[in-house]
Amino acid sequence: MPIKLKDLPRIRYNMPGNAACPGCPETMGMRYVKMALGDNVVMVIPAGCSSVIQGINPKSGMNFPILNIVFAAAASAAAGMKAAFEELGRDDVQVVVWAGDGGTGDIGFQALSGAAERNDDIIYICVDNEAYMNTGIQRSSLTPYGAWTTTTWTGKTEHKKNIPLIMIAHDVPYVATASVGYPQDFIEKLRKAASIRGFKYVHLHAPCPVGWRFDPGLTPHVAQLAVKTGLWPLFEYERGKFRVSSFSRMYRKPEKRAPIEEYLKLQGRYKGAGPEVVKELESYVNRLWEWIELLEKSMSPSTTAKKLVSKT
Amino acid sequence: MPVKTLTGNKAVAYAARLARVKVVSAYPITPQTTIVETLASMIEHGEMDAKMIRVESEHSALAAALGAASAGVRAFTATSSHGLLYMHEVVWWTAGARVPLVMAIVTRAIGPPWNIHVDHQDIWDQRDSGWLISIAESNQEVFDLTVQAFRISEDERVYLPMMVGLDGFILSHTVAPVDMPEQHEIDEWLPERKQPYVITPETQYVMGNLATDEDYYMMRYSIQAAMEAAKDVIKEVDKSFGENFGRSYGGLVERYRVEDAKYHVIVAGSWAGDAKEAVNILRDEGYPVGLLRVRFFRPWPTEDIVDVVGSSKGVITFDRSVSFGARGHLFMETISSLGPLAGKLSVRGVIAGLGGVDVPAEEFAMVIREFIDEVEREGQVYDPAYWHLPSQYRDMYPSRVEEVVR
Ligand SMILES: Cc1ncc(C[n+]2csc(CCOP(=O)(O)OP(=O)(O)O)c2C)c(N)n1
Ligand code: SF4
Repeated sequence: MPIKLKDLPRIRYNMPGNAACPGCPETMGMRYVKMALGDNVVMVIPAGCSSVIQGINPKSGMNFPILNIVFAAAASAAAGMKAAFEELGRDDVQVVVWAGDGGTGDIGFQALSGAAERNDDIIYICVDNEAYMNTGIQRSSLTPYGAWTTTTWTGKTEHKKNIPLIMIAHDVPYVATASVGYPQDFIEKLRKAASIRGFKYVHLHAPCPVGWRFDPGLTPHVAQLAVKTGLWPLFEYERGKFRVSSFSRMYRKPEKRAPIEEYLKLQGRYKGAGPEVVKELESYVNRLWEWIELLEKSMSPSTTAKKLVSKT
Repeated sequence: MPVKTLTGNKAVAYAARLARVKVVSAYPITPQTTIVETLASMIEHGEMDAKMIRVESEHSALAAALGAASAGVRAFTATSSHGLLYMHEVVWWTAGARVPLVMAIVTRAIGPPWNIHVDHQDIWDQRDSGWLISIAESNQEVFDLTVQAFRISEDERVYLPMMVGLDGFILSHTVAPVDMPEQHEIDEWLPERKQPYVITPETQYVMGNLATDEDYYMMRYSIQAAMEAAKDVIKEVDKSFGENFGRSYGGLVERYRVEDAKYHVIVAGSWAGDAKEAVNILRDEGYPVGLLRVRFFRPWPTEDIVDVVGSSKGVITFDRSVSFGARGHLFMETISSLGPLAGKLSVRGVIAGLGGVDVPAEEFAMVIREFIDEVEREGQVYDPAYWHLPSQYRDMYPSRVEEVVR
């Protein structure tokens, strides 16, 4: 059931006095999390922009109960909280991790992988702004090829690590990609995640005007372009079934995709990136979609159904 | 009350069960492993009503325990040596969060080279973190301290996590009789869990976001105040435990044959048993010596030290650890608590037993005897770092490292 904007709650989820930069994708995302999941939620947040965005104790700029935790341990702390709620007979409480790409794909990856393997009943959201923003824009393993950061002055020489595919390989009940440019899609996916028991992973693409060097008014636009170029495909993996989400389906065909140059030219982090970078990213997109095709073919709802039939 | 023959590790596991721990998360490391195994078995077989989180590392073990405890249940973990060092970051975070929690530390040397035997380098390495740090002499005390740790840690005057140290192999893997109260007796003695806050959808509590530097400073101040308050709490709990179960240990320290003593031995952990035997030997020889066993390294028992040792003729500390470039830990702490008094008495800081090197009672007696004789002979002795070397190296290297260099 598609979500209508007018049906979403209109409470102030990020409070005045929070410390986010203008156009911040993390506060946008956080707002959608609350819209999707409501009030029966506790958050676990490791080091990152979102630990600062909360503002200064004893107040908090985020309308959530939060356990802030050390950088590498978000998934584990959340697993502990969930175990406690289960012991207290409060299975209904959603424990949600809100971690950056560094806290997810680099330093926090071991804990994430552990929680996924144990199938802990939590929702893990990676808010991916493609660098360590909180410490001043250093590259992470999720920074894309060619991007300038303060530790890759001439452009990153490696490609973005594909955490969602790695999470699918963990065989958890639910994995999805989302984007701050498509709030309804994100909210829908979160609601689905909330209805599933076990480990849920949602990877939210979150273009950051400060780190990517674009106009803060353009956050959703840049986010949408990432999807339209095919660089950030939206998909879902649910109990063995893989499906490309509606907003991304048309970009299976390369000729439908927006030109990568259009995406890059909005971003200062690609200033000076020549045709070599574009070519490299194009080949990355093609490989990415080959993976997706492979997954679609072997794990689409219809093939999975066929496999089940042939088994009996 | 049933008396059972138990290893120290089993005593820890049973104590956690009797304290009605609800979430256990732990990662195996020798010599802590049998704690995890026992807890996992009890939980899987329905003998303990708790959840076991089989984490992928110690960093996660404590983070998960902290998560559980901050949501409102008793949580427990245990580790040792490299595991403890690996979780160090979360050790600090947990104390800063003021979340009551209990962790057993099976003390073990730190590599390289790999060594799984006892010393106190791992546990004392945590000394500045804001945890209450205790260390037992016997399996019975391991059990008693683990149960007491929940009451101390959850006391509203304290609200700090607590470590219970037990020496690797010497206690962890050696069986001894342990008198364990019945569940209903523990239930009556151990109050319902209290904690400063819980993080739930209803409480809307946020823990750990930024604070002003001034507020941060004051939060540190409050940890120090809680440490001070913990001294009374530890004594009260020790006394109340004694009234209910017949065993008291004397609070932050145990005093052994100190009444008319002119010389004092300061020691912590299981080898205090050997040191006490040495005291007995020396007493028989006519040496007026007593012993102070440090049960709590944090809060440090300053008052007890001053009380017992303040008018001593000579103090000899035995450290199973060293702060490289400085002294043994007990020595440094003792001298700093004595303040101006330290200049009036003779001191020797002995560093021995690193990596599990055995120091039998006769050797303790020998080292103590030499110290007392020297003081009697020479008047005053100041000898802060005396390396009591393994016997096969004693003739090859000097006991004072400075002499190797000069
Ligand atoms: C153990 C440890 N190492 C380093 C840091 C410093 N640090 C804090 S946040 C951060 C980067 C966060 O990046 P990311 O997870 O991508 O989140 P973002 O800030 O981009 O939201 C780093 C390196 C830390 N807090 N802890
Ligand atoms: S640096 Fe980017 S992600 Fe971080 S607060 Fe600013 S806009 Fe948000």
